[in-house]
Amino acid sequence: MRISRRILAGLATASLAVTATSCGGGGTSGSFDDTVTVGILHSLSGTMAISESTLVDTEKMAIEEINAAGGVTVGGKSYKIEYIVEDGASDWPTFAEKSKKLIDQDGVPVVFGGWTSASRKAMLPVYESKDAFLYYPIQYEAQECSNNIFYTGATPNQQSEPATDFMYKRSPAAGGDFFLVGSDYVFPRTSNTITKAQVKQLGGKVVGEDYLPLGNTEVAPIISKIKKALPEGGIIINTLNGDQNVAFFKQIQDAGITPSSGYYVMNYSIAEEEISTIGPEFLEGHYGAWNYMMSIDTPASKKFAASFKKRWGADRVVADPQESAYNMVYLWKQAVEDAGTFDDNAVREALVGQKFDAPQGPVEVMPNHHLSQTVRIGEINAEGGFTILEETGVVLPQAWNQKHPSSKGFACDWTDPSKGEKYKL
Amino acid sequence: MELLLDSLFNGVAIGSVLLVAALGLAIVFGLMGVINLAHGELMMLGAYTTYVTQLIFKLPILKPFYNSYIIVSIFLAFIVSGVVGILLEKTIIRKLYGSPLETLLATWGVSLILQQFVRSVPLAYGTGLIISLLIGLFLPTTFPSKIKESINFKYFKFSSWIFSALAGVLTGSVISSSVSKLSRASARNVDVTAPSWMRGQVEIIGTAFPKTRLMIIVITLISVIAITLFLNQSAWGMRIRAVTQNRQMSDCLGISTEKVDIITFGIGSGLAGVAGVAVSLLGSVGPNVGGNYIVGCFMVVVLGGVGNLLGTVLASFGIGIMTDLIGAGRLLSIWPDMPLPLSNTINFFATTSMARVMIFALIVIFLQFKPTGLFPQKGRMVEN
Repeated sequence: MRISRRILAGLATASLAVTATSCGGGGTSGSFDDTVTVGILHSLSGTMAISESTLVDTEKMAIEEINAAGGVTVGGKSYKIEYIVEDGASDWPTFAEKSKKLIDQDGVPVVFGGWTSASRKAMLPVYESKDAFLYYPIQYEAQECSNNIFYTGATPNQQSEPATDFMYKRSPAAGGDFFLVGSDYVFPRTSNTITKAQVKQLGGKVVGEDYLPLGNTEVAPIISKIKKALPEGGIIINTLNGDQNVAFFKQIQDAGITPSSGYYVMNYSIAEEEISTIGPEFLEGHYGAWNYMMSIDTPASKKFAASFKKRWGADRVVADPQESAYNMVYLWKQAVEDAGTFDDNAVREALVGQKFDAPQGPVEVMPNHHLSQTVRIGEINAEGGFTILEETGVVLPQAWNQKHPSSKGFACDWTDPSKGEKYKL
Repeated sequence: MELLLDSLFNGVAIGSVLLVAALGLAIVFGLMGVINLAHGELMMLGAYTTYVTQLIFKLPILKPFYNSYIIVSIFLAFIVSGVVGILLEKTIIRKLYGSPLETLLATWGVSLILQQFVRSVPLAYGTGLIISLLIGLFLPTTFPSKIKESINFKYFKFSSWIFSALAGVLTGSVISSSVSKLSRASARNVDVTAPSWMRGQVEIIGTAFPKTRLMIIVITLISVIAITLFLNQSAWGMRIRAVTQNRQMSDCLGISTEKVDIITFGIGSGLAGVAGVAVSLLGSVGPNVGGNYIVGCFMVVVLGGVGNLLGTVLASFGIGIMTDLIGAGRLLSIWPDMPLPLSNTINFFATTSMARVMIFALIVIFLQFKPTGLFPQKGRMVEN
């Protein structure tokens, strides 16, 4: 019985390899009793491929590490993890379609996937209708709490809120006025609504706000608005996406909007990977806020960075989204082992309360399917990394933001059937 | 006064990016009527040429001249995009003259191929390929006419292609062994850093202007002047205008329309390359960079009136100044105490996204009244 199943699994992986839509997780090894196949779903082509392929690399590494340490043990049997990689192609309906394929056709117990909020919103109905489980690793705007998604990235109160607080109270531009710049889509707009409410609470002033349509790199009008609104310098909160950041930083530097003339930019989408693309010479002296930064000086963080470099090349860097992706694979493994089964509903129950010594420090899964995490504020240095200035204690996640007018006073708790997705505090 | 100067400069700066990008298209689409959707990708090749040139100038031998790499790359970008454009014309577009829909589809396909090409081919070998194309296309034309007329010419042509292939492989491997960044294929966006003399600002009459913007304005001006002189003063320019106005008649009078087509398309594509250098100074260089500009280019050419360079110039500066006026909410600072409903409306459109919507709306309205653009082609178009 066991042998035939293994042959079947082998055949399945072989046929998938032939159709070239997937990669098997390696050959069979004698030390495992069985295999379990998980799904990995990120964009490997299109505009998001540059960012999302690093997550695939990290997830593969985490799976290989788990396998090397004996795999997943369920009910006394050791399982080797294999994976099917699907390409979301930076196209949101494709994410939904590939999710269906992974759940129905491949029967995977879990899917690790997504980056943009748009891709998550496209996948959400699929997982809810099939009662399957998606693990989503990116810092995002929150205002969502699904029973079928586990969010390992930061919510706004674990990134932007401490960052705004730092900028207004303790940065060199403390007490200054705010200008908000972002790409024109859901994350920057939601994030800025929260920032505006927070700045008002702090007693500060937002003097301007502008959004660049995705794909547009003409920032000249924004620059003249910044100069008009903040003639003597001030705080700029930046939620631009991808290569729009390159255009923005190149041009503000030429226009004299630099830290030396009193303008400090706080960035929510620029991690180590992006710093090396934009060029540290344009970013030095500005700030970033993340849960994980490569420069964290702990053994766990160094080990994470070193094993990634060893696996994928010495010139590679690790950043916050990758750390979240790494954590979620391990948290899934722990939850499965605790539940003693791969069954979704049992794993979901076992997941809440799981603790893991992540590269960023200890994290814990909260009843709202988000993680409690540490927040760090860093200054970008000439070497292309962050000099960590501040570190909060562990911050609990708020799926429903307490500063956003539409969600104030609400919370999410999936461990209590009477509370669920959104209940009044 | 300062405000006006600032606003005017911003408008001209935005307009000159549009103009330099649209200039090549004004020639290809305006004069030849070819809807070239790969125009943006020819710009992208120009931007990548700047990047490659920058890295090559960082080599020890060329290091002393590093500051001038941007000037060199303007010429190289013109050649690279021009050569690719000529190849495109010779292989694909020539067969499709007079069928705009097919041209549109074919050039869109080419644009996808070019995007994927820079993603999956190491830039060093891409450079080698361009060099072999350059030699292969132009070496045969330098042979003395005695050889050209002989029956064995095809053998000469063939051997020159072999020679060019060897030269391409050689340069490819030399570059890939000396510049490690170019030896691997990568889909990641890359970055062009302007030399130090081009960074920062200059003060003119009390207002600070970014140097890169000034540089782009200069590049644009030179391109416009050069192309105007070429079209109006040179013999080939005259032939191009003749073929544009009446192809059959020019053909009858002994103008080689085939050559004119190649030259026109080559120049139009080369100008796209120059535009690529300009945009690489503003943002990052990636496979998708051209796609960001293509719509703007067509908008400018259509608004200016197809086939008219002056129209293209005025249209791009017009759009540039309007973008700045609306997008930065300038009217509010010029007239601070205007009535509330009006100032609210202006504030509403004073974001980059809404300004774009407004500009497109204005263009659509304008084209309702003047469907042929600012300066329509006058006279009988025989081909219509």
